[in-house]
Amino acid sequence: MPAAGALHGAPAIELRGISKAFGPVQANKDIDLVVPRGTIHGIIGENGAGKSTLMSILYGFYRPDAGEILIGGKPIAIADSQAAIRAGIGMVFQHFKLVQNFTVLENVILGAEDGGLLRPSLSRARGALKRLASEYGLQVDPDALVEELSVGHQQRVEILKALYRQADILILDEPTGVLTPAEADHLFRILRGLRDEGKTIILITHKLREIMEITDNVSVMRRGEMVASVKTAETGPAQLAELMVGRKVLLRVEKPPARPGAPVLEVRGLRMVDADGVERLRGIDLEIRAGEILGIAGVAGNGQTQLLEVLGGFPEAGAKLQGEIRLNGKPLPLGGAGADGRARRQAGVGHVPEDRQAEGLIMDFTAWENVAFGYHHAPEFQNGMLMDNAAIRADAMGKIQHFDIRPPNPDLAARNFSGGNQQKIVVAREVERNPDLLLIGQPTRGVDIGAIEFIHKRIVALRDAGKAVLLVSVELDEIMALSDRIAVMFDGRIMGERLADEATTGDLGCLMAGVDPALTPPEAAIPPAAAPGTDAGGGAG
Amino acid sequence: MERMPKWADVILTPLISLALAFGISALVILAIGESPVEALKVMVQGALGSSYGWGFTLYYTTNFVFTGLAVMVAYHAGLFNIGGEGQAALGGLGVALVVLALPWPHWALALPAAAMGAALFGALWALVPAWLQARRGSHIVITTIMFNFIAAALLNYVLVNLLRPVGSMDPASARFPAAVHLPKLSDMALGLGIEWGRNTPANVTFFVAVAACVLVWLLIWHTRLGYEIRAFGKSEPAALYAGISPVRITVLAMLISGALAGLMAINNVMGEAERLMLNAVEGAGFIGIAVALMGRNHPLGVLLAALLFGFLYQGGGELALWTSIPRELIVVIQALVILFTGALDNMVRMPLERLFTALRRKGA
Repeated sequence: MPAAGALHGAPAIELRGISKAFGPVQANKDIDLVVPRGTIHGIIGENGAGKSTLMSILYGFYRPDAGEILIGGKPIAIADSQAAIRAGIGMVFQHFKLVQNFTVLENVILGAEDGGLLRPSLSRARGALKRLASEYGLQVDPDALVEELSVGHQQRVEILKALYRQADILILDEPTGVLTPAEADHLFRILRGLRDEGKTIILITHKLREIMEITDNVSVMRRGEMVASVKTAETGPAQLAELMVGRKVLLRVEKPPARPGAPVLEVRGLRMVDADGVERLRGIDLEIRAGEILGIAGVAGNGQTQLLEVLGGFPEAGAKLQGEIRLNGKPLPLGGAGADGRARRQAGVGHVPEDRQAEGLIMDFTAWENVAFGYHHAPEFQNGMLMDNAAIRADAMGKIQHFDIRPPNPDLAARNFSGGNQQKIVVAREVERNPDLLLIGQPTRGVDIGAIEFIHKRIVALRDAGKAVLLVSVELDEIMALSDRIAVMFDGRIMGERLADEATTGDLGCLMAGVDPALTPPEAAIPPAAAPGTDAGGGAG
Repeated sequence: MERMPKWADVILTPLISLALAFGISALVILAIGESPVEALKVMVQGALGSSYGWGFTLYYTTNFVFTGLAVMVAYHAGLFNIGGEGQAALGGLGVALVVLALPWPHWALALPAAAMGAALFGALWALVPAWLQARRGSHIVITTIMFNFIAAALLNYVLVNLLRPVGSMDPASARFPAAVHLPKLSDMALGLGIEWGRNTPANVTFFVAVAACVLVWLLIWHTRLGYEIRAFGKSEPAALYAGISPVRITVLAMLISGALAGLMAINNVMGEAERLMLNAVEGAGFIGIAVALMGRNHPLGVLLAALLFGFLYQGGGELALWTSIPRELIVVIQALVILFTGALDNMVRMPLERLFTALRRKGA
């Protein structure tokens, strides 16, 4: 509530002229920011816009080159994270910083133990936790091991850690990336509760929908500068997107209706048991036709990664596989000889993997070397016994132009490109080969809006050229925008399939949590015996 | 964005590291009451001041080129081959068996055959650790170290019980026949009418070593196998994604690495000793690690670093001979060079990077 700020006088946070450069890169340029007490303040911007740098300055990881930080109206110097904590700032990172085999209680006091003996700290923390839980709806079993908690609950532990350290200001970095829609809703309820108790919350995100849903004010960053700070009620997604990118952006993917042809990929009864004996895929049946995009929705970790790896020809070592995969009617081997990434590519399967930095690219290779990656056996790249590096380089130059990869320098190492341009290198490599089937996992994770638009267009263009696309993404918006049909994966199974035109977020959200709304009518969903899946989903409690 | 220019990375950093190592060595020499300036003079004079010195320096250099290349190839595949010592020892066995098995009419015929024997034995000695790593996950550092000891014991047994000529008290093979003696660089110079490096062990193998540098360069940066080795070395998940078999690459890279280490034997066994003796490798396998590290895992760098260590080895020997500086101190100097150029690389690199960034900002 913007009004709340006026009541309390000085704003919770005020930044004046903050600048920070890393070498020649100006990450933050003369940033001014005012966050009134008791509000939820969103900060959005593309990747590399400088959001994380700014928050790292606020949390004491970096010192600004110039500028002033005022907390509660008083200028302070934040030399390290201890100083930030003393100033009442708490941070919830995107990747949780929890000790997996400690209990919740042990994690909460970690770094805030007082005295040589643990017991007094633990019992003090137990009391504090109980109070916080009842005050803010942050129920977590203090004696549970963190590794046994769902992702949503682990996030609550992070928030509790900050509150236990008396944080008045909470910074959350992309908090919903790993949550189901229901878990995200619950998180937002908690955040609103915290705000109403007078806490100040900064939410860093790239999801416009979240900004609109929960924030009071929003600040937009672009290329290290703060380009706008507005009341959320007075703006809209289109305007924010334009501010972020600096030009008008298509938020919806424009695509003509699909004209599906013959089946390209048929998967029957696919099962996979990993080396630890855990059944990751429990009988998957899928069909994708030519000229069709099948989206696989689901919370990360429900077998999507394994599905992509098996289809891509590289299931993890020691996995046992069962079932049938057919490409254009011909069976593909599941494992063993003849089932590797190279054979799959020769059969006409392109694959943009989920993790481009670990799998899709060799980060230390140059861009041109990466353009041949996986296709380095292609005849046009050979020159007798040697590789034809000149031909590969020429090919890379063409792809750099077609995909507007920036900077257009094929000799630059992959790690020196931004996330969006790295992804463009991978997509260019896989799409320009014109595969019959494109597997594409998390195509726009960590990719800026401009590049997202471009990559989405390319995926649709491939479909319209009569190819089959299997899209796996944890971004429900992306699945809904791109897919012609949507299948939801939960616990290694396909929970249900919907036509994209008929799917709703609520419906898909239920499937993602392991509940089939068709089998459990809404009024019957409440009784405890109804659906074991709700417990496993975790967040809704 | 590159942090600093390439020349600073590949030339300035090792030079500063080297200067630091020599600086501390000088302090140590001062501390035992000797003159560092005198010591440096003796070393330079002894190793580089005469064709005689060069003849030894180049001989050592040849050894270190092979073991350095061996470490380098494995390193590109993400494997730390510490077994150069054992692989080179087995390479010696390969050379001895090939040379003594047939009455070779001429060294030019014997050399390729002996080289193949050396490479084969070295490669096979690396195969077992490679296989254990690829299939069973036994750490290659541990297994290659252990294989050094096994190699020493095996060679001891073979020399004492199998290869020792009847009646000899010396645990060494028979002398190689004169026909297979490799031409020394001094003989070759004499053929051209130049008096150079008489009675020095540097021999034709030096050119084999230079050729090996070129071949390794082609392999790593211009063949599919090299591409796959580098890709696997940088990221195993990515290699799997691309259809590169980790088992195949681990085994092939280690075979090549072991073969290169084994090839060293044509220099020390066939070219110098002209028979197989115990402890013929004399630590060259371990120096190869420092050579590869300092040479930035590039064949040209390996060649230059091998030359440096050849100088240290020969100059150190001279130092022990002509001054009262004990032999152990030479080892200290070599260790300091390894420490600074290899292990403490970042100590010099990071401030340099900061310096260049600051300079650039001022320039911009």
